[in-house]
Amino acid sequence: MLAHEFVRNAYLAGTGVAVACGLVGWFTVLRGQVFAGDALSHVAFVGAVAAAVVGVDERVGLFALTLGLAAVMAGLGRRARADDVTIGVIFSWVLGIGVLLIAVLSTSGAGGEGLIVASTLFGSIFGLGAGQSVAAAAIGLGVAAVALAIARPLLFATVEPELAGLHGVPVRTLGLALLLLIGLVTSEGTQAIGALLVLGLIAAPAGAALRLTAKPYLGMGLSVAIALAAMWGGIALSYALPSLPPSSAIIGLAVGAYALARVSTIAL
Amino acid sequence: MRRPLEAGVWPMSNPTLSWNLVSDVRELFAYQFMVNALEAGTIVAVMAGVVGWYMVLRRQSFAGHTIAVMSFPGAAGAALAGVPLALGSYLACGIAALAIGRSGGAAGRGRGGESAAIGVVQVGGLALGFLFLSLYGGVLEQLDTLLFGTFLGIDRDQVLTLLLVAVAVLTALALVGRPLLLASLDPEVARARAIPVRALRVGFLLILGLAVAATSQITGALLVFALLVAPPAAAQALTPRPALSLALSVAFALLVTWLGLAIAYYSIYPLGFFVTSLAFGLYVLALLARAARRRAAAGPSVDARAPAAPADVLSYRPRPTPTA
Repeated sequence: MLAHEFVRNAYLAGTGVAVACGLVGWFTVLRGQVFAGDALSHVAFVGAVAAAVVGVDERVGLFALTLGLAAVMAGLGRRARADDVTIGVIFSWVLGIGVLLIAVLSTSGAGGEGLIVASTLFGSIFGLGAGQSVAAAAIGLGVAAVALAIARPLLFATVEPELAGLHGVPVRTLGLALLLLIGLVTSEGTQAIGALLVLGLIAAPAGAALRLTAKPYLGMGLSVAIALAAMWGGIALSYALPSLPPSSAIIGLAVGAYALARVSTIAL
Repeated sequence: MRRPLEAGVWPMSNPTLSWNLVSDVRELFAYQFMVNALEAGTIVAVMAGVVGWYMVLRRQSFAGHTIAVMSFPGAAGAALAGVPLALGSYLACGIAALAIGRSGGAAGRGRGGESAAIGVVQVGGLALGFLFLSLYGGVLEQLDTLLFGTFLGIDRDQVLTLLLVAVAVLTALALVGRPLLLASLDPEVARARAIPVRALRVGFLLILGLAVAATSQITGALLVFALLVAPPAAAQALTPRPALSLALSVAFALLVTWLGLAIAYYSIYPLGFFVTSLAFGLYVLALLARAARRRAAAGPSVDARAPAAPADVLSYRPRPTPTA
């Protein structure tokens, strides 16, 4: 299986995505910001379509839009946490713009709009080139490193925001930083598993880890481990069963891990 | 005068806008497909205005969004199974509503745990939808429609189904409306008055699921939100009175839908863009109006006894009636 270059690329990119999603996702779930992550990941596809309309690299649009929207959300919310009405309203508007852009793209005669929409919505991890995979892995590890670096103050600011503020921890800046990290992870993950499904790697492994343990660093490690297992297992599964799309296999495993964690903690 | 038209066929190559507004508006009603769209849009707007009002009040936008996107795997699954797409949508939305309803409340791991559970339900459904889609293989051309909707080619049966669903949803809400309002504003007091808060929670999610599944037939799975969130949020920003803001919410939803349909008719660009943009603009205007009123209220008041305007409906408490 590993003799194929596209499988090696998938594993390389997938590992970076999974590590970053597992780590950033742990904080996202802890802070109850999954909806923000959801909005950021869904608008990622609008960024990709916008880039196609303008005629620049898809990644430029992806990163510009998600990071921009993350900053807007942080600016609108208290303590850089936007409330769910604000997220919902902005998010639906950006999707509406996405619809317009798809129409522009299809009337401009550039063609292939259906392909762009489908591959950004659901990803195509087996279609990544060597350069894209290396970039995805590098971004993933970079995001993970930043997340680890700010883990302590971010944890403090999450659990005890008032107290952290009194101790001089920059609560707002940390909130913004986390949203920006979520934006980075979702744009990176969009190419691999798609704008609609990347949320699964953010929410499911972290949700499972937070159910299994309350210890912060153990939880983060567990979350990354589950995300990696889902990613590696999903790629292998989809390679073995060609009719099973890789994104569905990866997310299926992650959701299964979450369900197992729920059942086991209820049974105990 | 209505001319019969085959569903889904654009009636003419280029509808033009004249300066005569009356004839422009009359032209909107000239074609059966447009009459169907306006009727369906009106039904959907009233339903979304009411159900969305409760959803925004209860801060359940994430749950609403998740249930809304479930109509996509539902439709994809139905295509695979060879049953009507709408049936799949309703079923999937109902199942998602139950799953979310079960996951919250008793599990009680705070907001974080709940939002993770909703997220997992959502991606689980979407992953299944993608699997169905690739197993089916042929529906991809309709992917845009499933996700972003269309107002072309709505037939009489669909309008009738929408009407029935809307009547069911609004009747159910009328029955539980008052206890649901209290349970949303103040769950503690509601529990003390023996209102079944948990059952209401699941019940409301089911109502939401039904309304969202119906709405997504027209607006698509991703754009239901334009009608469900922005009009109620704008209404709640404008007035703290429940009845008034509920009425405003419906009025806003109707305004957005009618204007959006009219503009989309004369434009080559999709309805979804106009509806979401109008809704967004309305919400921003409402926020600006509220900010202006707050500034006025915070300034030197002529009547020192006048209370400051309450923030929103969450802080609304009925004034005690003066006793003789």
